[in-house]
Amino acid sequence: MNIYEQQTANRRMTALIMAVFVLFFLLIGLGFDYFYLNYDPFRQPEVQLSSDGYYEVKPPSLPHRVPFGTIIALLIGAGLAANSYFNGPGMVLRSTMSRLAVPDDDKERQFINVVAEMAAAAGLPPPKAYVVPDPDLNAFATGTSPQNAVIAVTEGTLQAMTREELQGVVGHEMSHIRNYDTRLMTICAALMGAIALLSDFAGRSMRFGGRGSSRGSSDRRGGGLLMIVLFAVWIVLVILAPLISRLLAMAISRRREYLADAGSAELTRNPQALISALEKIRAAVMPTRAINNGVAHMCITDPRGSLIEEKMGLTADLLATHPPMEKRILALKIMAYQTEHPQPQAA
Amino acid sequence: MTVLVIVLLVLAAWVIFTFNGLVRLRNQVANAFRQIDVQLKRRHDLIPNLVESVKGEMKFEKETLERVVQARAAAVSAGQTGNTGEILAKEGMLTQALGRLFALSENYPNLKANETVKSLMEEVTHTENQIGFSRQFYNDVVTKFNTAQQVFPTNMFAGVMGFTPSQLWELPQDSAERETPKVDLSV
Repeated sequence: MNIYEQQTANRRMTALIMAVFVLFFLLIGLGFDYFYLNYDPFRQPEVQLSSDGYYEVKPPSLPHRVPFGTIIALLIGAGLAANSYFNGPGMVLRSTMSRLAVPDDDKERQFINVVAEMAAAAGLPPPKAYVVPDPDLNAFATGTSPQNAVIAVTEGTLQAMTREELQGVVGHEMSHIRNYDTRLMTICAALMGAIALLSDFAGRSMRFGGRGSSRGSSDRRGGGLLMIVLFAVWIVLVILAPLISRLLAMAISRRREYLADAGSAELTRNPQALISALEKIRAAVMPTRAINNGVAHMCITDPRGSLIEEKMGLTADLLATHPPMEKRILALKIMAYQTEHPQPQAA
Repeated sequence: MTVLVIVLLVLAAWVIFTFNGLVRLRNQVANAFRQIDVQLKRRHDLIPNLVESVKGEMKFEKETLERVVQARAAAVSAGQTGNTGEILAKEGMLTQALGRLFALSENYPNLKANETVKSLMEEVTHTENQIGFSRQFYNDVVTKFNTAQQVFPTNMFAGVMGFTPSQLWELPQDSAERETPKVDLSV
C-alpha cells in the first residue's frame, strides 16, 4: 500500500469504529428503556370499554412512547464529548506539567524551528511548541483543530535526537494534527468515560427491574423465555461495554499511529529519519513518568514503558495502544525502499 | 420551456461553483508562493552575516564563499525584476552554493564550537528547510490548481474565465540537485 491508500484505509476504519461507539450508546440506552422503562414502540394498543359503550384506544403512558434512557445516554455522551472538546487539550498540558519552549536555549530553538518547518510542509499554521520536563524519549500532540494545536516533546527527546530525527518525530505529530487525530482521540477518551459511566449505571439498576415482574409482562407471556435470554445478553453486553470500548479505542489509536508514521514520511520525504528516531525511542524503555495513562494513546510511543510493544501476536494486537515498534519500523523501511527504488509503471 | 429554464439554472449553478472553486485554489497558490517569498527574503538577509562570521575560519574556501555572495546578489536582483522563471533559476543556484558551503563547513570543527556561527547555521538551515518544505507544499497546491483547470469539462471554460495554469517550482535544468545520488548496496 502506498501512503494515499493507507490514509483511505485508515479513514474507513475510523469511521467504522466511531459507528460502533454510537451503536453502543444506542444499545445501552434502548435496552434500558425496553427492560426497565417498558418502552415499546411496537406494542399493541390497549383497548378498553369506555363509559359511552365504545371500545377506545387507551393512550400509552409517556415512557412507552419516548425512549428516555436512550435520549439521556446520547445526551451524556454528547455532553462529555463537548466538555473534553473544550477543556481536554489544556488538561493534558497541565497534567504533564508541560511548559512553552524558550527560544534562548539552543535545543529548544531548534525544536521551535523544526515545528515551523513541518507546519510549512503541511501548509498549516505553526502549532505551539511545548516541552515536557522528563528525561525519557516521548512526544505527543493535542488540540481540537490545526489552529489551536500543540506539539510537546520531552527534554530527553531534545537532547538525544539529531535535527533530522526530531523532524521525523515532529512530522509524526504534525500529521496527527493534520488528520484531526488529536480531536478524534480527545473525543474518543470522553466517549470511553461516558460508556463506562452508563454501563455502571445500567448494571446497578438491575435490582429495580421493571419488565417481567410488573405490568409489562402481561401482554407478552408467550415470549417469556426469549425475554430472559435477551435480557441476559443485554446485561452481559452492558458489563463488557467498557472493556470492548477500550479495546476499540486502542484499535483506533494503533491504526492512527501507522497513518501518522506514513504522514511523517510524506512531510519530510525522509522515512530514514523517523526510522532512526523510532530505534532510539525503542532503545529507551524507561517509563515516561510525567505522562500518565490517560494521555498514553496520544504519544508517539507508549509512555508506560511496558514491553508490550515488543510483543507480537494476539495479546499485543488487543491490548497495546501502539503497534509493535518492529512493525512500524518495518512499514517505514518499506516506504524508504519504495522512494529510493520507484517501481516502473506497469504497461 | 420549464425544462429549458431548469437546465440553464443548473448550468449557471455549475459555472458559479466551478469558478468559485478555481478562485479559491488560485488564492491558495498565491498564498503558498508568498510563504516561499518570505523565506527567500529571510535567506537573503541571513547570508551576509553568515559569510562574515565564517570568513576568518574558512579562508581557504574563498571561491565557495564568493560564489555564495554572487549567487545571493543575482537572486536579489532577480527578485526585484519579479520574473518568476528568473527567480526560480537564481534561487536554485543560491541553494546549490549554500549547500556546498555547508558541506565544506563540516571540515572546520572550530566553526561548530563558535556560538554565533552555530546559531547562525541553525537559522540558515531552518530557512533552507522552510524554503524546501514551502516549495513542496506550493507544488502540491499548484498541481491541484492546474489539474482542476485541465479536467473535462472545466478545461473548456477555465481559459475564458481568465485562469491560467501556474508554474511549478522546479529546479533549474543544470542544477546539481537533479543528479541522481549514487547508492552503493554492495556491503
